[in-house]
Amino acid sequence: MNPTLLSRWSSRLLLAAVAVFMLAPLLVVVLVSFSNSSVFNLPTGDFSNWSMRWYTAMLHKEGLGASLALSVGVALGSTAVALVLGTLCAIAIEQGRFKGRDALLAFLVSPLLMPGLVIGVALLQALRAVGLRDVFSALLIGHIVITLPYVTRTVHASLALFDMRLIEAAQTLGLSRQRALLQVMVPALAPAFLTSGLFAFLASMDNYPISIFLTDARNKTLPIEVLRYLEESPDPTIAAISSCLILLAVVVLFVAERMVGMRRLAQF
Amino acid sequence: MSTTTLSPAATPSRVAWLALPGAGYLLLVFALPLAILLATSFQAEQGGFSLKGYTDFFSDSYNARVVWNTLKTALTVTGLCLLIGYPVGFAMARASLPVQGLMFLALILPLSVSVIVKSFAWTILLRSNGMVNQLLMALGLVDEPVKLLFNERGLVIAAVHVFLPFMVLPIFTVARQIDSRMKEAAATLGAGPVHAFLRVTWPLSLPGVVTGCAFVFSMAVSMYVIPALLVGDRYQTLPALMARAYLFMRDRQAGSTMAVVLLLIAVAVVVGNTVLTRRLQARGRTSGDAA
Repeated sequence: MNPTLLSRWSSRLLLAAVAVFMLAPLLVVVLVSFSNSSVFNLPTGDFSNWSMRWYTAMLHKEGLGASLALSVGVALGSTAVALVLGTLCAIAIEQGRFKGRDALLAFLVSPLLMPGLVIGVALLQALRAVGLRDVFSALLIGHIVITLPYVTRTVHASLALFDMRLIEAAQTLGLSRQRALLQVMVPALAPAFLTSGLFAFLASMDNYPISIFLTDARNKTLPIEVLRYLEESPDPTIAAISSCLILLAVVVLFVAERMVGMRRLAQF
Repeated sequence: MSTTTLSPAATPSRVAWLALPGAGYLLLVFALPLAILLATSFQAEQGGFSLKGYTDFFSDSYNARVVWNTLKTALTVTGLCLLIGYPVGFAMARASLPVQGLMFLALILPLSVSVIVKSFAWTILLRSNGMVNQLLMALGLVDEPVKLLFNERGLVIAAVHVFLPFMVLPIFTVARQIDSRMKEAAATLGAGPVHAFLRVTWPLSLPGVVTGCAFVFSMAVSMYVIPALLVGDRYQTLPALMARAYLFMRDRQAGSTMAVVLLLIAVAVVVGNTVLTRRLQARGRTSGDAA
């Protein structure tokens, strides 16, 4: 075999192996969730081994609904606040002419690089010092710290690509400044809002290290509740919950792909 | 770059104030609490400055071993991610567009799925009668099930799965830029493949390698959920020990000391990454000028 053909086939083999390594665990969880067996077996062969029993069990799982509601509430709230604050920051950095803009951007994105547990502990002490004990508020305050960097980074990157002369052009064509901003810039930035919002939402939904310090015995977020099930009574109900979370990720990716394409999602 | 701003009244200096709410928020809720945490760790019981927390912590050989375990595991995970991620990033850069698209999906879909879900998946796959062991035995690679769960092996496998995309994507980005340049360079210089790799490809790919390693290492040092599910209490890491000090032992002194050690590792990685990236950029510029 000639060497270029050999190298082409070996790189194809490598890519295929990595794709299998990355996706197989997710596929296995989904398959296990449809199994009739209670010991994490793959459903095989005839139809009687397949069942929806773990999905039924999931619906009756105590505490799951409440933790899901808390997580969704916190994720929606923290994403909404982050979209507003993050967009303002992105505009200031891109449009402002002041020293240290790079440093400011680095600071605004830095929570993503710090250990979540440490942020959680530090915040816990600070909130205790000011006497805030309400779990929902504490979680909201903490989660904005990690949703804000997503929005700032993505909207800033998108704003940097936007040509402000388009606004002038729109004005020359007779639009008022406000209408020009609304009809030209907002649509151009919409994909950035949407994707950063979606990924901020996912990051908040999945957060464990910050939440663990800010929740109490009665108010748990979904990841904390799921980890507790896993440690106390692992059964395929968790596979059913996991499959729903995988479905959520698939839906988010599908929407994001439609908006900006997979290629831009992968950019760091 | 255009100097047009959002509204005629918003001069560039006024626009800067728009960052105030967000920056102020992070200052108050993120930077200040971290500063206070740092200060508490240096506080003696009666008040005043003290290094006792740190001397106590590191004089305990158990703690020193936990720190070593944490660093060793993070290094292993980073090394394996680089070993796999480097050829994958380059193979992706050379693949056709549809293949690239599929690979993006294979990397980004798991990235968007909860860490708990991925760790849980690996606990199913790695059990002694799990699918990985069944596969190994069917291939005749082992005669009896290998113990992969509740030890460091399983932890490393799951962590590589979780962090690999963070290594592949930055390497893919540099690999795509190098490809055409490298062919020209190799052709003009008439260098052999090994020589071309060491003198051309590897140095040019370093920015991606540095970024990928910094991401993976900083996340691997502070991972909590993955060890909790794949190893349990048998193999303690610094994040787990720190969380336990706060949540169960109510030992604030020890907890804040460990939190600061963890924080310093993370800051060192970020600073190291920035310095290295700057230096590589500067070098890239000078060599670009020379050419």
